[in-house]
Amino acid sequence: MAGLQSQDFARISATNFRPPDVRHDFEVAKLIDVSKCIGCKACQSACLEWNNLREEVGINRGVYDNPHDLTPNTWTLMRFTEWENPQSGNLEWLIRKDGCMHCADPGCLKACPSPGAIVQYNNGIVDFVSEHCIGCGYCVKGCPFNIPRISQADHKAYKCTLCSDRVSVGQAPACAKACPTGAIVFGTKKAMLDYAQTRLTDLKSRGFKNAGIYDPPGVGGTHVMYVLQHADQPQLYAGLPQNPRISQVVELWKGLTKYAGMAAVGFAAAFAFVHATVARRNDVSRAEDREAEHLIDEEAARGRKA
Amino acid sequence: MAVRREEARTTVDRYPGRVRVNHWVTAISLILLAISGAALFHPSLFFLSSFFGGGSNTRWLHPWIGVVLLASFTILFTQMVRYNFWTKADTKWMGHIGEVMSGREENLPEIGKYNGAQKIVFWLMTVSIIVLFISGIVIWYEYFGASFTIEQQRFGHIVHALAAVAMLLVVIVHIYAGFYVRGTISAMTEGKVTGGWAYRHHRLWLRGEAREGVIDERQTPLRGHNTRPAE
Amino acid sequence: MTNSWTDIKNTDLVIIMGGNAAEAHPCGFKWVTEAKAQRGAKLIVVDPRFTRSAAVADFYAPIRQGTDIAFLLGVIRYCIENDKVQHDYMRAFTNAPYLVKEGFSYQDGLFSGYDEAKRDYDRSSWEYELGPDGYVQVDETLQHPRSVYQLLKKHVAAYTPEMVERICGTPKDKYLAICKMISECSARDKTMTSMYALGWTQHSKGAQNIRTMAMVQLLLGNIGVRGGGMNALRGHSNIQGLTDIGLMSDLIPGYLAIPKDREVDFSTYMSTRGFKPLRPNQMSYWQNYRKFMVSFLKSMWGPAATAENDFAYQWLPKLDVAGYDMLRTFDLMHQGKVNGYFCQGFNPLLSAPNRGKITASLSKLKFLVVMDPLQTETSRFWKDEGVHNDVKPESIQTEVFELPTTCFAEDEGSLVSSSRWLQWHWPGQEPPGEAKTDAWIMAQLHMRLRELYRKEGGAFPDPIVNLHWPYRDPQDPQPDEVAKELNGYVVSTVTDPADPNKVLLEKGKQVESFGLLRDDGSTACGCWIYTGSWTERGNMMARRDTSDPGNTGAYSNWAFSWPANRRILYNRASADLDGKPWDPKRKLIEWNGTAWTGYDVPDIAPTAKPRDVGPFIMNPEGSARLFSRGLMRDGPFPAHYEPFESPVVNVLAPKIRGNPAARIFKDDLAALGTSDKFPYAATSYRLTEHFHFWTKHVWVNAVLQPEFFVEISEQLAAEKNIQKGGWVKVSSNRGTVYAKAVVTKRIKPLICDGKTIHVVGIPLHWGFTGAARKGFGPNSLTPFVGDANTDTPEFKAFLVNVEPSNGPAVS
Repeated sequence: MAGLQSQDFARISATNFRPPDVRHDFEVAKLIDVSKCIGCKACQSACLEWNNLREEVGINRGVYDNPHDLTPNTWTLMRFTEWENPQSGNLEWLIRKDGCMHCADPGCLKACPSPGAIVQYNNGIVDFVSEHCIGCGYCVKGCPFNIPRISQADHKAYKCTLCSDRVSVGQAPACAKACPTGAIVFGTKKAMLDYAQTRLTDLKSRGFKNAGIYDPPGVGGTHVMYVLQHADQPQLYAGLPQNPRISQVVELWKGLTKYAGMAAVGFAAAFAFVHATVARRNDVSRAEDREAEHLIDEEAARGRKA
Repeated sequence: MAVRREEARTTVDRYPGRVRVNHWVTAISLILLAISGAALFHPSLFFLSSFFGGGSNTRWLHPWIGVVLLASFTILFTQMVRYNFWTKADTKWMGHIGEVMSGREENLPEIGKYNGAQKIVFWLMTVSIIVLFISGIVIWYEYFGASFTIEQQRFGHIVHALAAVAMLLVVIVHIYAGFYVRGTISAMTEGKVTGGWAYRHHRLWLRGEAREGVIDERQTPLRGHNTRPAE
Repeated sequence: MTNSWTDIKNTDLVIIMGGNAAEAHPCGFKWVTEAKAQRGAKLIVVDPRFTRSAAVADFYAPIRQGTDIAFLLGVIRYCIENDKVQHDYMRAFTNAPYLVKEGFSYQDGLFSGYDEAKRDYDRSSWEYELGPDGYVQVDETLQHPRSVYQLLKKHVAAYTPEMVERICGTPKDKYLAICKMISECSARDKTMTSMYALGWTQHSKGAQNIRTMAMVQLLLGNIGVRGGGMNALRGHSNIQGLTDIGLMSDLIPGYLAIPKDREVDFSTYMSTRGFKPLRPNQMSYWQNYRKFMVSFLKSMWGPAATAENDFAYQWLPKLDVAGYDMLRTFDLMHQGKVNGYFCQGFNPLLSAPNRGKITASLSKLKFLVVMDPLQTETSRFWKDEGVHNDVKPESIQTEVFELPTTCFAEDEGSLVSSSRWLQWHWPGQEPPGEAKTDAWIMAQLHMRLRELYRKEGGAFPDPIVNLHWPYRDPQDPQPDEVAKELNGYVVSTVTDPADPNKVLLEKGKQVESFGLLRDDGSTACGCWIYTGSWTERGNMMARRDTSDPGNTGAYSNWAFSWPANRRILYNRASADLDGKPWDPKRKLIEWNGTAWTGYDVPDIAPTAKPRDVGPFIMNPEGSARLFSRGLMRDGPFPAHYEPFESPVVNVLAPKIRGNPAARIFKDDLAALGTSDKFPYAATSYRLTEHFHFWTKHVWVNAVLQPEFFVEISEQLAAEKNIQKGGWVKVSSNRGTVYAKAVVTKRIKPLICDGKTIHVVGIPLHWGFTGAARKGFGPNSLTPFVGDANTDTPEFKAFLVNVEPSNGPAVS
């Protein structure tokens, strides 16, 4: 977290406190133009460098993707897909920079049980605040893009911060700064959407008639968007979800279950209280004590006979 | 186990020490689990995590307490299961549950060590704990995060939450019943109940216990005299 | 580069062939994305592999490595056949209309004058026909059968699309689509740029690969214009500077030649360097050769270089062979004829071919000095690293000295980019530990050697004891001092002969431009093409003005571009015969009736009339050469030759193996493999995650690409039962490496002459030092043979076998 004040928050995890929302910021967005990306991994290295992360030196598993998945230290990852376009017969090497999408409606934040561990700034950036993070991994389940990773070292969740520290002082994210081909650009969400339109015009002129912007409405839109050559088939790009939304199960868990469960327990407790107050005592009478003596004598006698 | 005639009252042994220890270990675990679970369950209850030294501690302690619960309850289960098989009398007794709740037990059939409601509690507890344990493993991220798909974990969470609510309801019933039915608590504190209590609620059991013999503790000699007790 | 990185934004068509700009030059590649995004430019990639460049290309076609000349001669044939030639340009600015001497011929893959025993040509028949006036004979109609145009047409006739498919394995339909795209750039308002790198140079006919594309560009009228040109993407940030400053075994700074031993004195040396114009009125710029040479000698030996001693010409070394290139040096070392070796910023154990031979050669040295910022494999060539460096240290007696140096980020100086820009830089960090600048180390050596020569004499102390050493601290010459020396300064005041009071050059001042250099010893200049980089106006290399009038991409006030701050070479050719731009939208310079004006420094005298003087003033005929005369050792036209190790025979000349004029030592010829044992066509290349053998020392880069691998097609993997990510053993006739297998759709088997050819890709960044996992380099496998003209090793085409393996430990 970049030391921002509560006025800068749009949402805070696990709290009923509504931020005062007195500061209105521009919504920012990072636009990743897959059609311009050469897969050089400069973004990945800039991310490691800027955030001072130390990923381990892995092995080759027969692909260019290294590391092989996002990790607590790898917040962004180039994913390479070789796809033979059945229409043109051409091979296409689709290279997507994976990382947090900074959803307008963040599933991680919804799932998070720890107040203030996940925040959304007014500019749209969704950030994890380590000092409040308890390492439960609920955000992992909340995320429709499978982004957060929990460190086994300090049991905190990590993901792309959209360089909230840089953005807060007027800098673009490190990956956008490092991108040599301008495949990653950063600005206000509106400017990025406008700019993306020019890219679509260019791509359509080159025969990509399904070129489009990936800004999925199921999560309220995202603050990281893609320009895709085949926006009708986002799953081609290393499984980018077609219509991502917060899982129904998570919605149920964090919605109805949460309230219904609280209500049920509360109701049971209240019932007990009321019952205890109004119902006749269920107590042993003196008569029953006496009856008990008789019965014990009888039975004891029977026992001795047997 | 035995029926004892004491100076001022008659008591019946209900739980030996080992069962009482198990019960309380289970009970304390359950309460801790309920508190820590509630802290993670609802933001309004997150403050409860401070009993455990904050959210992170709550996060790692909760599943381990679950393991303790499972262990103690498993023993408890083996100690109690034989008294908890359903009988016709239980069905009949359950028909009169409203009377029980109104403090009237005159028209009930004679009941053994446990009545129908207690048996239901026992089995619901058993089932809940199994479900909670399995779903708990699925969502125990630190050790099993990589063993289950995220979708499985999502289901794990909702099942765990629902089972926990169910469990809490059962526990509330259990605890309240303990208070409402006067004279019950001593069974788990001192290990014994009064003869009258046994007569009123578990007469069949009392018969069995009495048949085993009665220890008369009233003849206890004066302090310091070295005389052996009667019988 | 004839043009600059920033100029690429002006193009309509980018062809990446013989390189992989997106992979190896990602930062420069931004100008390709700019051209695509801003101008709608198209990108063609031709490569044996579907590369990172291909990932963003509009059109990709595969090619078998080492067959680029056949591909491009076919393009020339297509352009001529389909009349897609910029005729006015070709007629006016190239030697197409010139007549070639009788006696020149080409048959069965050989040009006239071949001597098989010497593997060399007598090049005397590769000449123009000169008239009695000494000028070249010209047929403006291009109809004369001995005109360059007709000879070229005849030469390329064999390279039909069918033949190209047979040789290159490029499917005919894809090939023709590319020909069409290229040929459209013959229009005056369309330009194509060629971006190439080691994919063309590291072949036994590397220079001819590049030449063939240069010929295509000349026919299309794309040299000297914005968005056109031949653009060599240099691999190191300062490798352009290395060649400029003469770190080639046959060159001294500014592309002047090291004398041969037959050039016994300065006048003999100069006698073949008259460069008399071959066309009337033509400016032949090399006529200034003597000025550059004398100024160079003055900078070397200062006051000791006098007119009387031929400016110390005799103190220059004289070559007894064509050059002591890397291959020859290591071959001599292998023969035990080299005692000591200075390895400065060089890691030959991984970057010279046939590693086994390199290890054996280094083991025969008495001493090896390694100057490097990093712990190189070469400095540890004696160390037993198991399979990764399988040597017996006890049997190696070489004494190794490792001198840590600063790296580019720790010292001050200039770097010359591919664009020929000299860009000054400042240290970003203090050097670690005992690291010293190379200049300090060399100064220490010099001072000690000079002292020894002074005291003890020796066989030939003169060049050492007289070396001009005018630095503030002789122990530690500073970058500004060296830079000023390279720029050139006035040694003694020169006055106007007509008016002795008028001072033309004032003693001690920096020289403003190389046009002012003199051959009488009154100027000194370390590298004439750098003149203008540090003048009396200051350090021009340190300029950081991003203004770009006319949005031409020239950025003329950013740093300094040699020569003379010219941003596009041969820019006179951007205008037609009368000096009007071929494409008004792409104006560069223009004849305004009295002078050349415009956005760039004219590459011609500013007042040279357009119809009088040809644009290519470095040639005495003023024209660009489609026919290169005797300048190339292996032919005045390029011709298709197979790599020395090829999976197929040369279908055009079946008897010829490799390039007939390329030098190959006897042992190395014997070490070549054949396709019966080594059936797969291998190629080596760089990956974007790494920079040569440096960045494997950097943790982050090691993370991004941790382990050595080879790339093979799914078909080959299936045939050989190789698993994705599994181990393979790759062997050539010279060595074996173990690698992980990247099984990919990006490599497809090619059909060449009816035979299925499998391509094996071998990247080169791994060794046994650094943060990345231990691995191998392709040089364990590659043949010890180089280009006929430059002796650049043939790293891009060789033969291997591939087998599944359990990995290096147990195999």
